[in-house]
Amino acid sequence: MQQIIDMIQTYSLLRMLIAFLILIAIVFANAIVMGYLERKIAARIQRRWGPMEIGVQGWLQMILDGVKILGKQLIVPKDADRFLFRLAPLLCFTPVIMIFAVLPFSSSLYGINLNIGLIYIIAMASINVFAILIAGWSSNNKYSMFGAMRAVAQNIAYEIPILLSLLAVVLTTASFDLQKIVEAQSGLLWFVVYPNLFVAFVIYLIAGCAETNRAPFDLPEAESELTAGFHTEYSGFAFGLFAIAEYGNLFIMASIATIMFLGGWNGPFGLASGPLMGAVWFMLKVFILMLVMIWVRWTYPRVRFDQLMNLAWKYLIPFSLVNLLITAFLVKMI
Amino acid sequence: MSGYFRDIYTGGKSLLIGLGVTFKAMIQPVVTVQYPREKIDVTPNIRGHIELIKFDDNDSRHNCMVCGMCAKSCPCGCLTVDGEKREGVKGKVLTVFLYDFTKCSLCGLCVESCSRSALTFSNEYELAGFTRDEFHYDLIKRLEGK
Amino acid sequence: MATMTKFQTNDKHRFLLNMGPQHPATHGVLRVILEMDGEYAMGIDPVLGYGHRMQEKMAESRVWQGFYPNTGRMDYVGAMPFNHGYVALIERMAGIEVPERAEYIRVITSEMNRISSHLLGIGAYVLDLGAFTPILYAFDDREDILDALEDITGSRLTYCYYRVGGVLKDIDDTFIKRTRAFIANFRKRIPMFNDLVTGNIIFIKRTEGVGIITADMARRYGATGPTLRGSGIPYDIRKSEPYSVYSHFDFDIPTGKNGDSLDRYNVRIMEMEQSLRIIEQALDKLPEGPVLAKPKKTKLQEGDCSFSVETARGVLTYYLVGDGSEVPYKLKIRVPSFSNLSLMEEMCTGMLIADLVSAMGSLDLVIPEIDR
Repeated sequence: MQQIIDMIQTYSLLRMLIAFLILIAIVFANAIVMGYLERKIAARIQRRWGPMEIGVQGWLQMILDGVKILGKQLIVPKDADRFLFRLAPLLCFTPVIMIFAVLPFSSSLYGINLNIGLIYIIAMASINVFAILIAGWSSNNKYSMFGAMRAVAQNIAYEIPILLSLLAVVLTTASFDLQKIVEAQSGLLWFVVYPNLFVAFVIYLIAGCAETNRAPFDLPEAESELTAGFHTEYSGFAFGLFAIAEYGNLFIMASIATIMFLGGWNGPFGLASGPLMGAVWFMLKVFILMLVMIWVRWTYPRVRFDQLMNLAWKYLIPFSLVNLLITAFLVKMI
Repeated sequence: MSGYFRDIYTGGKSLLIGLGVTFKAMIQPVVTVQYPREKIDVTPNIRGHIELIKFDDNDSRHNCMVCGMCAKSCPCGCLTVDGEKREGVKGKVLTVFLYDFTKCSLCGLCVESCSRSALTFSNEYELAGFTRDEFHYDLIKRLEGK
Repeated sequence: MATMTKFQTNDKHRFLLNMGPQHPATHGVLRVILEMDGEYAMGIDPVLGYGHRMQEKMAESRVWQGFYPNTGRMDYVGAMPFNHGYVALIERMAGIEVPERAEYIRVITSEMNRISSHLLGIGAYVLDLGAFTPILYAFDDREDILDALEDITGSRLTYCYYRVGGVLKDIDDTFIKRTRAFIANFRKRIPMFNDLVTGNIIFIKRTEGVGIITADMARRYGATGPTLRGSGIPYDIRKSEPYSVYSHFDFDIPTGKNGDSLDRYNVRIMEMEQSLRIIEQALDKLPEGPVLAKPKKTKLQEGDCSFSVETARGVLTYYLVGDGSEVPYKLKIRVPSFSNLSLMEEMCTGMLIADLVSAMGSLDLVIPEIDR
């Protein structure tokens, strides 16, 4: 046993391989848990039962749905670009795992620690929009194309407020290293309690909602307008990969918010957070944020496209810019 | 400019109120039932498919005298009624009462037109089958089967 | 397809988009061919007839009683007024007097049906705008109405309850108690609905100023119902040409100001409140007596006759020509959704597709009623 641990510690490549396998498992497990929670919470909001048939309270439902979707055929439309059509779901799914590799679940539980972790995450997250564009374009379907074009414009517009709001935290900690940012919050106060960073937190949540294409900003897949948007033509496991990647992106969005504003793996009020307990705190915070996202999704109608753009350019970006200036001023003064 | 901030304030407030409504609903009890396992009480007045009425509880004879008014009044023509003369019995005796439920629109004109009140609506509402033939009811057999 | 060649797509940036007949926003089987310039719909052409069942021809091929069940099948969301129009037409033609209690019951059940139809209409409208939850809250309330109506009529959706000369079955104390409980409960639920939907900033931004129908435009196309009243014209058959016992009740006709989608939505909400008032008054004044007068003659007279009622979506007119036999010679049905749909081309040209869905949803179309 000790030998194996030694070997893992010696060979960083082996360590990374094992971490990647675990991370892929986490991404899949996350999709299953979130899919189940989403259906269950949506049901409770609408005063229904939700899945109840398989397992206690239907907890096995998502696994069975996954098995069902694995058994389906991927039907490629006649005039689709066959190569790109198959490539898009993979391109959507891979960056998710690559981002998971750098997320610090606790002080010692992470795939790899980069000193530019934040930049890496944001760079990887923007690959997602490529995948959606390719999926929409290669389907050769007008509705898919609409969805893809909307996704591109939306993601470009909303990356700016995300960056500006995260930059406020970076200014405060003077580091892109996620571990250092978390450690800076290890005291009594998390960043979210500072007024200027609270504004950044709210802006980040709104923009993150749009970045992950969640309702009320789910325009690329607006059901009542574009049937299913960019994944209209997808079936089988290709569709499943899109769904898994969507929940993966949601997890990433929530975990960045946790790391940057909610103290990451730190317990509240300076409570103890060892390597294991820290991961529990981290997951707890991430899941609470994701549940709020679900709650929001099942409450609001969808915004229109120009209103979405207005929100980004007229409200979020000016506010985050002003906020950034104030933060810079405060950092310089204090 | 004041409109700009007012928009943010009123808009944000309305969004929070909306979240409050759904949160309240989330903690309220569920209103639906798990259908095949639990069932809600269905009113006895429901208009299901038609059925011949028994003469009384012990007697499985019926009231029909084969006047054919029900078949005549049916807008969809889904009833086939026929009878024959038998010795020692006054009037006709019902021999055929076929009911094609696939065509029926449950208007109830047959029940209204029946002068002897030999027909009624059943209370069955769980109607599903694999073939059409399952909905071609022979009402005399159904009456005897009871 | 003739309609496909209607558009002159000389502009190479324009393309045709086929919306429906199986599109989530067209609620059933409406097909709309759109000529798109980017996301803007520059040409709109609704294609009808996917749900055509020859209702008028069916009426001409059977005795007049046989058309009872068909009336409810045209507009399955608000079937009661459709039944009402048909029986009232025959009553007017044959000069049959209806017992007063039966008329009161007709008003009560029709108004309850109107509320349930409006609940479905606004629920589906908000669903079109992307909010999933309000329609299920609306269904929760609608269930109370359907349960109460099921208890007396025997069916939940396609009622066949009215008969020439009255109604099929008298209402009982359970129904009255249930209805009163529903009124009290629903008055409390309307503010909840306003909090969740009407006041929501996203909802207001999506509907305000979208799909404006001016009063002149509504008149030109013969729009009726909440679509017309949303444009500020207080026209309601229940007031302007009172049938049944509507003249006995005190109620208002809510109207909108701008004629946009938000006004049409608000008119529906306010109409539900007015319907509650009517039901309350009718229950208070409910007279005793028989509910069904058995008519003697069953043959239709020679000549023609028409009757209009106000359904949940607007004015429904039956026009019947009799030739002295039991079978109608001709039955013409004027349905409200058809006229309301014809507004769409003028209203929606040059709109974003998201606004088009919003404007189309606010018309509250029931497609089988248009196709019939």
